[in-house]
Amino acid sequence: MTEQNSIWVFIEHTDGVIAEVSLELTGKARELADPLGYEVVGLLCGHNVDALAADVIAHGADRVILADHEELALYRTLPYARVAIEEIRKRKPEIFLIGGTPNGRDFAPRVSSALRCGLTADCTELQIGDYYVKKDDKTYKNLLFQIRPAFGGNLIATIVNPNTRPQMATVREGVMRKPAADASRKGSVEKITPVFAPEDLVLEVLSRQVRKSTINLKDAPVIVAGGAGVTSADEFALLRELANLLGGEVGASRAAVDSGLVEKVHQIGQTGTTVRPRLYVAAGISGAIQHRAGMDQSSKIIAINTDPNAPMFQIAHYRIVGDVGEVLPLIIKTLRERSMDQRDAE
Amino acid sequence: MTDSRPIHSVVLVKQVPDTHNVTGEVMTKDGTMNRGALPAIFNPEDLNALEMALQVKELTGGTVTVVTMGPPKAANILRDSLFRGADKVVLLTDRKFAGADTLATSYVLKCAVEKLGAFDLLFAGRQAIDGDTAQVGPQTAEKLGIPQITYAESIIEINDTHVTAQRALDSGSEIVRCKMPVLLTVVGSANTPRSASVRKQMERKLAAIPTEYAAIRAKYPEFETDEQLDAYLEKRGLKIPVWSAEDIGAAEGSIGLAGSPTQVHKVNFVVLESTESKSIAPTPEGIAAMIAELVHEYIVG
Repeated sequence: MTEQNSIWVFIEHTDGVIAEVSLELTGKARELADPLGYEVVGLLCGHNVDALAADVIAHGADRVILADHEELALYRTLPYARVAIEEIRKRKPEIFLIGGTPNGRDFAPRVSSALRCGLTADCTELQIGDYYVKKDDKTYKNLLFQIRPAFGGNLIATIVNPNTRPQMATVREGVMRKPAADASRKGSVEKITPVFAPEDLVLEVLSRQVRKSTINLKDAPVIVAGGAGVTSADEFALLRELANLLGGEVGASRAAVDSGLVEKVHQIGQTGTTVRPRLYVAAGISGAIQHRAGMDQSSKIIAINTDPNAPMFQIAHYRIVGDVGEVLPLIIKTLRERSMDQRDAE
Repeated sequence: MTDSRPIHSVVLVKQVPDTHNVTGEVMTKDGTMNRGALPAIFNPEDLNALEMALQVKELTGGTVTVVTMGPPKAANILRDSLFRGADKVVLLTDRKFAGADTLATSYVLKCAVEKLGAFDLLFAGRQAIDGDTAQVGPQTAEKLGIPQITYAESIIEINDTHVTAQRALDSGSEIVRCKMPVLLTVVGSANTPRSASVRKQMERKLAAIPTEYAAIRAKYPEFETDEQLDAYLEKRGLKIPVWSAEDIGAAEGSIGLAGSPTQVHKVNFVVLESTESKSIAPTPEGIAAMIAELVHEYIVG
């Protein structure tokens, strides 16, 4: 008897809380599974984490495979990979989705290498489709289309794994939308107790420090982001000033992060945070696709750039050709005058 | 910090197109790409990995061997590695390697590392800027059957058997201790890679692979034949070994396109969606009109 075809999601968690990206992917898996009649399975490894299973089901899973062991209390590559590799070998899921977090990107390649199956990193879209290979005159039905920017973002590639299972992909947090939790959803929990070999346990975690991020790009209504065209700390201070005026956060392109003017936590794009604010101000950001992939769903985009051919202008609602150091002060001044006028009127 | 026997390190590096600096000129008018317009560089985080390996060597003694898989021109980053302090470098090049995805690449690297012999630490950059996958390091470790410490920020301690290192996490960090041999993938914030040493650059400037001999002889006519130059380089340890699929005993079905489970179904050039878009003059009047409109649409409060 073969098991029902399934889509698996790796459920990451820290301090008793499931990572947002794992729930986002559970929702995506549900979306992909429904037309195919597949089952959605959450793979949850940990110790005393039974309480988390209900949340996975509420976000779209039919079943949770819960591997409980004290050696799984904290994420470690080898014991976690051991569980996944053995369960996948046994049950043969079609698709396995993993969050693109540091630990997800540590885990996924280890598993894919052991299973000799293809893995695509940082997908920005996942679809189901058919793949025709002319050479063999053969059509592969219902493959996972793993869509991601490639080669410096000048291309969008659709990657498929026709011959290996599961089809594995990682996706960054925020790329897929998290579904609303539905507590009435029914699902089952299957508890397993893994057995480890000594070589699975050669690494020990001595300490772990978690610091709360002070910035919340994902939920910011307005983001004022700087790129390579922002060349000094003074100009970055202008971004901060405008963000404060608008009740938003400061974002950055990779170029700005690389220049050292702003910390990595501010990075927006395929390898940073994906955002959908009401207003996105792109100051001196040329608009490489990796950056656009992380912000192109913003409701309104204002682009400021000295280069009239910057790609960002092609997706912007407001195009301002000019220097960041001159345009930002103008916007700040206009907003300040407006709020003063309002106060006078009241 | 450490009390250890000499540590032998292998560093996996990659030559990449400088995708961070993609400009308008890279894209041609018809929407295709001018790859030649992108300079080839040493993958930035691989330099951090090399730096970490060199720092270990300075503390414990031992050796640093640098390996890359790539076309012959990837010899440039191997020379660069020698200038920065690597003891030995190896180029893995073969037409049969072409079209490899991360799985096929990690298999080739595994074969080469096995051929090099015993080692304590295997280093790689966290990821390469042309693909940003961060997969090849862990996949190589899996194939070698060794553990891994990814996103390494620093090495805290090394003794004869174990290494203790700090890993970067999304929201914090952790300190792990692991038995050697182990793979470490190194993040860009780990250190500032040293520059090439002027002395080493002088001593090692002729380091070359055989296909570069003609160019060297054109510049240094005192080498009358390739054989003469080859003997000169060999004697001084400046002949960069070039290994083929056969040299490392790589199975044909596991390398190149054949060894790659992922296939590119299609590639779309990026077509930017045209939105309803307005040009705004960078003047007080232009800005004021734009803000009035945003206020009207409740975008700005």
